Amino acid sequence: MTAISLANAAYLVAALLFILSLAGLSKHETARNGVAFGIAGMTIALAATFILVVDDDPGIGLVLLLVAMLIGAVIGLWRAKIVEMTEMPELIALLHSFVGLAAVLVGWNGYLQHTDDRGLTGEAATLLDIHHAEVFIGVFIGAVTFTGSIVAYLKLSAKMKSAPLMLPGKNWLNLGAIALFVVLTIWFVISPALWLLILVTIVALALGWHLVASIGGGDMPVVVSMLNSYSGWAAAASGFLLGNDLLIITGALVGSSGAYLSYIMCKAMNRSFISVIAGGFGIEAGPAEDTDYGEHREITAEGVAELLADAKSVVITPGYGMAVAQAQYPVADLTAKLRERGVEVRFGIHPVAGRLPGHMNVLLAEAKVPYDIVLEMDEINDDFADTDVVLVIGANDTVNPAATEDPGSPIAGMPVLRVWEAKNVIVFKRSMAVGYAGVQNPLFFRENSQMLFGDAKERVEDIIKAL
Amino acid sequence: MSGAPSRLAILGGMNAPEPELGSMRIGVVAESAPGETRVAATPATVKQLIDLGYEVTVERGAGAKADFSDAAYEEAGATLADKPEAWASDVIFKINAPNEVELALMLDGATLICMLAPAQNPELVEKLAQRPITVLALDAVPRISRAQSMDVLSSMANIAGYRAVVEAAHEFGRFFTGQVTAAGKVPPAKVLVAGAGVAGLAAIGAASSLGAIVRATDPRPEVADQVKSIGGEYLEVVVPDEAKEVSSDGYAKATSEAYDRRAAEIYSEQARDVDIIITTALIPGRPAPRLITAADVASMKPGSVIVDMAAAQGGNVEGTVPGEKVVTDNGVTILGYTDLPARLPAQASQLYGTNLVNLMKLLTPGKDGQIVLDFDDVVQRGVTVVRDGEKTWPPPPVQVSAAPTPPPASAAAPVEPEPKKSVSPAVKIGAAAVGVLAFLWILATAPGQLPQHFTVLALAIVIGYYVIGNVHHALHTPLMSVTNAISGIIVVGAMLQIGETDTVVRLLAFVAVLVASINVFGGFAVTRRMLSMFSK
Repeated sequence: MTAISLANAAYLVAALLFILSLAGLSKHETARNGVAFGIAGMTIALAATFILVVDDDPGIGLVLLLVAMLIGAVIGLWRAKIVEMTEMPELIALLHSFVGLAAVLVGWNGYLQHTDDRGLTGEAATLLDIHHAEVFIGVFIGAVTFTGSIVAYLKLSAKMKSAPLMLPGKNWLNLGAIALFVVLTIWFVISPALWLLILVTIVALALGWHLVASIGGGDMPVVVSMLNSYSGWAAAASGFLLGNDLLIITGALVGSSGAYLSYIMCKAMNRSFISVIAGGFGIEAGPAEDTDYGEHREITAEGVAELLADAKSVVITPGYGMAVAQAQYPVADLTAKLRERGVEVRFGIHPVAGRLPGHMNVLLAEAKVPYDIVLEMDEINDDFADTDVVLVIGANDTVNPAATEDPGSPIAGMPVLRVWEAKNVIVFKRSMAVGYAGVQNPLFFRENSQMLFGDAKERVEDIIKAL
Repeated sequence: MSGAPSRLAILGGMNAPEPELGSMRIGVVAESAPGETRVAATPATVKQLIDLGYEVTVERGAGAKADFSDAAYEEAGATLADKPEAWASDVIFKINAPNEVELALMLDGATLICMLAPAQNPELVEKLAQRPITVLALDAVPRISRAQSMDVLSSMANIAGYRAVVEAAHEFGRFFTGQVTAAGKVPPAKVLVAGAGVAGLAAIGAASSLGAIVRATDPRPEVADQVKSIGGEYLEVVVPDEAKEVSSDGYAKATSEAYDRRAAEIYSEQARDVDIIITTALIPGRPAPRLITAADVASMKPGSVIVDMAAAQGGNVEGTVPGEKVVTDNGVTILGYTDLPARLPAQASQLYGTNLVNLMKLLTPGKDGQIVLDFDDVVQRGVTVVRDGEKTWPPPPVQVSAAPTPPPASAAAPVEPEPKKSVSPAVKIGAAAVGVLAFLWILATAPGQLPQHFTVLALAIVIGYYVIGNVHHALHTPLMSVTNAISGIIVVGAMLQIGETDTVVRLLAFVAVLVASINVFGGFAVTRRMLSMFSK
């Protein structure tokens, strides 16, 4: 039994554990086991690799390895400990960028390690050609993931404007970058040179930047899951490059997981994946139409408290605004209070609420809202008609009746939470401004809707006080 | 004061010059009409009026019949006054039109806001216009959605509809709901509601929540869904060769002859069958249509009850006496009460008062206690019957679409979703075939371990797809962070490279190991943290 065969066996076990890990995450009951499987798989893989490295007698490399891992571990654990749940999207985007960066570096090394293998002939030469192509693909995907994730991080943490960047002919820029990548790959396979590798890295970095910069803040759930997918493909490409099946399997798992999430998100917005990636949603929407929607009515926190006190069934539909206002704790308090009084309180979560798939669920879980009353759109949509009060907290487009009723609306056909079927709808909002999609929301002007203006957190606290 | 100034400020006591704009005083006066129990402001709405900058004076005892004590008004910030002083306010809030004596008490230049039914009472309008006052008729609010919050007809009709059912139940000698008891089966009462406007819908809702079988008629077919939504059954009057009536101003119109004939048949059929009939049919500016004939009434079962909510306008039922209860020879009770809203005085006053507050919000753009009438606004134009002694009734007609306009409804069906990308199946299959062939060719010609790697990749993608497809939506964020952590497996590649002797390679590998380690450790740690928060 050599170190290599041991490592290969260990890798297979690790790969299986990763699959179990993802499978475990499908249910709340098994999710914790899932993470344990993942950690076990990672430990086995790292241990096996470590043995391989030691077996190779790396000298100073071993020290470097340990130091690098130690620093990485400390930073990682520290960030994981202090991150606010509202900042999860940023953290996840940042972590994606690390995978991208690592893929770029591994790719570069893959080239640099083999620079002296010139002058091979026959199959060895073909293999080297393939190797070079793999380097290019790995670096390209890695670099796109890297800058794309950085931009997503900057946008999510509001260090960069979240409005989409509108360069003239942006689709052509993207296509041009991809075409250039193909040309450069062929060139590189024929005559490998370092400057080509540098050039393709720059092209890919620019492409990643531009791709995400031209996507607006509201599409972030798709972008983040898309980048999740990219980071997987980057790892898989590195696996090809290194001939490492574990990397390929893991990369493919992550890649398909991210792609599936992106697909769910796109379906939830009734958009094609391509149109999200290409950015520019709602451009055709034109200026807001001058329809007279009528006048909205305001309500006070005390009024809401009264409604809630008399209600039998209450549904809360949170959106990104709840996260921004950090209102999840008062919302959870309110939920607990109402449940004590025997009011049935449930949450309706639109798939694209928040800036990350499942973001709202995490926020509510953090505030100790029991997960079995947090339902997804399809589970709760038919129940609105029997609901006394719906509280719309920081959501807008996801509860817009225009999506189902107005075929001319830019968001027509997007599945939405049918809150307007409830007896009373209370909309928490800062002002009458339009939502992300730039579409006016007729919900606000419905007879059964009342607006509660102000900071969501303060307003919810007012309601609790009034109760 | 002729012409059409776009904005006209009506200042308190215009003929009694005042150096500064003090805030106007609203006088809430007691109602003099017999049987009237309502009051135009409640302590709650008084508070809102004061917030708009007004002073409020309430006539002593104004709210007594609606169970609002003088003390409650005082507590809300109003001052109490006797009748003459209350009437000497800048703005008078009232329910019904004033009588001669009351009108004489009003100051010149003051504003009167009440219900007038100006279309039915032209001579009253003339009389009011003889005084240099401004009169706003709250029941003349145009039916547009913006004005719904001030539509006193709707709010009163809602109350009346509910009360009509209560009155009917009171007279009716049986249960509304069906029951199966040890002592035998009780059939549910059958209720017919004629006219599914606001009052009709309120009646349908009240009757069906008492357990009755409720049927409703209305010339506007678009109300069918509304009837259904509150538990009623819509009886459509099917008239051949006639376009269905769609109301353009939100009110029912007079109907055609063919329609009336068919409707009469339906009413006759129903009268024999149902136990209770509630009629709400009104046409603005005309006497109420006669829906139920004396023969229909005679065909009803003894003990049946009819509530004619249109009694004040002449009644929908033959034999109705406005304001009275009549029992016919065959034992059918006909209630012609015209004071149904006033029979729920506290609620009616509160809704009326809120309608008034909403109107005052519109009339007080500065929230400074000053009424500003803007005649460019259809709502304000519509309610103004007299302006400074000048008759402004009737206002120019407002066409609104309280009812869904039919064109979009019929147009929506034929509009098919635009074919997204007209890629013919042949092209699709062709492209797929080319893709498969290219893949085959690559695999078949690829040397070394490449085919094996592709095998692994393909299988892993399939597994990934199925595994992820089952993930609960609430766990998407933990899923992302765990996939993040495991995609840190790329650290393995970097670890293997760190042993190289080349310094550059080593350095790059060092950085790669570092960042990938952040992923591995950070990803797992944050996932654990998140999952520990999920609790049942």
